Amino acid sequence: MAGPRNISVSEASRPVLPRHAKLKYDETRQVWVILAPERVLAPDEIAVEVLQLCDGKRNVGELSDQLAAKYAAPREAILADVIVMLQDLADKGFLTEAREKTP
Amino acid sequence: MSDVLPTIPPDASDSLAVLEKTRSTAETFGIPLAVLLEITHRCPLQCPYCSNPVELDRSAKELTTEEWKKVLSELAEIGVLQVHFSGGEPTARKDLVELVKHASDVGLYTNLITSAVLLTRERLSELADAGLCHVQISFQGIEEGLADRVAGYKGGHRKKLEVAKWTRELDLPLTVNAVMHRQNLHQLPDIIQMSIDLDADRLEVANVQYYGWALKNRAALMPTVAQLDECTGIVEEARERLKGTLAIDYVVPDYYALRPKKCMGGWGRQFFNISPAGKVLPCHAAESITGLDFESVRSNHSIAWIWQNSDAFNRYRGTGWMKEPCKSCEFREIDFGGCRCQAFALTGDAANTDPACALSPLHETIFKQAEREAEGDTNRFLYRNFAGGTLESGNDA
Repeated sequence: MAGPRNISVSEASRPVLPRHAKLKYDETRQVWVILAPERVLAPDEIAVEVLQLCDGKRNVGELSDQLAAKYAAPREAILADVIVMLQDLADKGFLTEAREKTP
Repeated sequence: MSDVLPTIPPDASDSLAVLEKTRSTAETFGIPLAVLLEITHRCPLQCPYCSNPVELDRSAKELTTEEWKKVLSELAEIGVLQVHFSGGEPTARKDLVELVKHASDVGLYTNLITSAVLLTRERLSELADAGLCHVQISFQGIEEGLADRVAGYKGGHRKKLEVAKWTRELDLPLTVNAVMHRQNLHQLPDIIQMSIDLDADRLEVANVQYYGWALKNRAALMPTVAQLDECTGIVEEARERLKGTLAIDYVVPDYYALRPKKCMGGWGRQFFNISPAGKVLPCHAAESITGLDFESVRSNHSIAWIWQNSDAFNRYRGTGWMKEPCKSCEFREIDFGGCRCQAFALTGDAANTDPACALSPLHETIFKQAEREAEGDTNRFLYRNFAGGTLESGNDA
């Protein structure tokens, strides 16, 4: 089954796009898009950068560390923005969370 | 089948804008992001509000497998990102798995819009393996008594529930499409609960739009104003309560509105569909407008040429074609005068203001008529079929 619904994004979450949401570069329009059921979303540059780091392995904290280092920006501000963006995507149903597999 | 009006989610934030919204103004007639493929008009169901034209394409006229594959390749090449396989009933085509596979191979995101009644678990699994991204199943009600009666197909409702379950077992996202009208609106709260129980990701609450078959059945389908107000309230409450669990798209009927809908996002602005016989259409009901010539993918023209240059697409594009009261209206670029098919069906001229608009001289008359029909006791359906329709036996006179 797909990942859990109704997730609450926190520093410890390890977000990943579900199988039905595909991040793709649209050659015709020269923009990044997220393809989802009967929807096409246009993430902005920052959102694209965040989503490319959402591999289900990194958690939100680690991902924010990376962005903070890259942009020499305050980590807490980045973390807060990342959580808001990812929560919005999760609320729309286009983000899931990797969970430990129970043996 | 399904209603394909472009819908905009209620809370699109800036960092994740819905592309339809921004693109329609940024790029005037850019190639649409998504295209509806009505690969056949054949369907075992006979819903009285079917969005197919009253004149259905016979199977002998349908595009072949090779022709559809060529269409899919061409769509991907010119920048279309998603295709909806629809009908009629798309699973009635024996080559559906092959077509989905081809669409995936050329990079298209694929949606299946189905009644589900012809699917087996094995075939659904083959479709998933072929790269199908999303399944939308139509439901006619909450229990088989009403649902099977509306669809004119015994055992349909039970089968749909089964296929919905398989869909989630195969890890495919599921949208429940519920077409609403006077005879099933009371079931809306239960339909919302059913969607949650089926583990659907999305629910489309689509009020019937009255052209083609639905116009013929208007007296049996038109809801009352009170029903609609209640329906809107239920949707708003559920959206808030189910945020993150179930997304709800809501298509309102336009008869009781003061402003018409921006049909298809404006004629020839962000949508086209391809009919079973290969006609490229600005709207799935466009063939109901007489006097328009629609180019086919079987012609010598490319799909991009047809979109940009054909007479049918340019006829009602923009605002140059408008007459009063649209012509000088401050909303002319907001709603583009409403729906051309509805204007044609109700006034005889597609260039007239859609009577759904309060500024149309016919609005008052049509609103009153709809209100009378909604209060009336005609519940009998004219079922959709290739023979021009069959009247339901029993149920009122």
